[in-house]
Amino acid sequence: MKKSPVRTIVAIGIGAALFFVLGRFVAIPSPVPNTNISVQYGLLAFMAAIYGPVAGALIGLIGHALIDFSYGWGVWWSWVIASGVFGVIIGLVASKLQLADGIFGKADAVKFNVFQVVGHIVAWALVAPVLDIVIYSEPANKVFVQGLVGGVANLVTTAIVGTLLCVAYAAAKPKKGSLKEEE
Amino acid sequence: MINIFNYIDRPSPIHRLTGATKLVCLLLWSFAAMLTYDTRMLTALPVLSFLMFYISRIKLKDVSFMLGFTAVFMVLNNVLVFAFSPQHGVELYGTRHVLFSLGGNYVVTKEQLFYHLNLVLKYLSTIPIVLLFVCTTNPSEFAASLNRIGVKYTVAYSVALALRYIPDIQREYHDISQAQQARGIEMSRKQSLSKRLKSASAILIPLILSSMDRIETISNAMELRGFGKNKRRTWYMGRKFSKLDILAMAFCALLLVISLSLNVINGSRFWNPFI
Repeated sequence: MKKSPVRTIVAIGIGAALFFVLGRFVAIPSPVPNTNISVQYGLLAFMAAIYGPVAGALIGLIGHALIDFSYGWGVWWSWVIASGVFGVIIGLVASKLQLADGIFGKADAVKFNVFQVVGHIVAWALVAPVLDIVIYSEPANKVFVQGLVGGVANLVTTAIVGTLLCVAYAAAKPKKGSLKEEE
Repeated sequence: MINIFNYIDRPSPIHRLTGATKLVCLLLWSFAAMLTYDTRMLTALPVLSFLMFYISRIKLKDVSFMLGFTAVFMVLNNVLVFAFSPQHGVELYGTRHVLFSLGGNYVVTKEQLFYHLNLVLKYLSTIPIVLLFVCTTNPSEFAASLNRIGVKYTVAYSVALALRYIPDIQREYHDISQAQQARGIEMSRKQSLSKRLKSASAILIPLILSSMDRIETISNAMELRGFGKNKRRTWYMGRKFSKLDILAMAFCALLLVISLSLNVINGSRFWNPFI
């Protein structure tokens, strides 16, 4: 399927709106008190796997910045950028998958998860803490522990929610060549 | 529908500034605050931002809820910094004035306390100004102003679309969640974690699949109207700059210059009173 640039723009807008609503209002309580599971990264991974790295980056950046704006605690740029980086990396898988044609087999699920794991590691264990040190000059061991804890939680939810979304979306799409001419 | 972006319309000079000006000022101010750790600068910025709050006629009680959030976040972050690195101040400032010991590595030093003071001031220099921006900028004007400062209009339009569809998606989420709960799904603490994630999917999948259809509908409508054909577009909410706008931007640019030159004068990002 050929994607028009307009569709990508709309996908970014709606994707960012979904990211915002999920991140802001959908709180699944986790076993650790006062921490919620952020399902929005599952959505981000899924959208990026369909619409590619540019859409992934912008959904992450816009969605995360809007969440920070709406809380009014100031935009925590280091983590906003990390969300964008995660979007880019997972978006690279888009050219290797054919989700829009309704194809998502076991091998595709493995590819998807390899990319999301790499994306989360780079974003939360590398980009976010390094920017925290550069911008806010915070102690290194604190930011790396924070990044790792956040990253692992995001990684697990993305693996579950993201994969489920891909499977459901592929199942809902008509398969390529599923219609045959009558003989 | 609650207004999550908390735009408060009051007659004030800050409200009269165009969205583009406020965005430029916010960025310049944030960079000025982010780049320095000079305590004098970090004291001046919060004072200035509270002065701005006064001019903008935004009352403390309008934003008290969000300020509460910020305070908790700030305290938590400070506690974490101390717990992980009680000697961070000593490393940064290079001297060591011990005040008292809490046992083990947890020795309280003047340098550490000074570092925490700077950290708190840093929050106070960046957070109120974002809050002010959110309270005084009309969300519809926000997208137009992004385009004004050089962001491609297609990207600015994505932001506009996001702002436009947040309430719709919120309502749809609520509807689906109620419908699924009526059918017996449970998302509270009483359930096990894997059950909770599974029930979340029962809401997420219909929500996201219907949003995918929405993307088709909207992009078809936009394409039919020829969106993206021309290099430029005009904005309903766009406005021209006035004298006040230019003055405000010049002031914030000056703040950034001061912050940068302080870094050069001090020889580092930190102002060190210990030597």
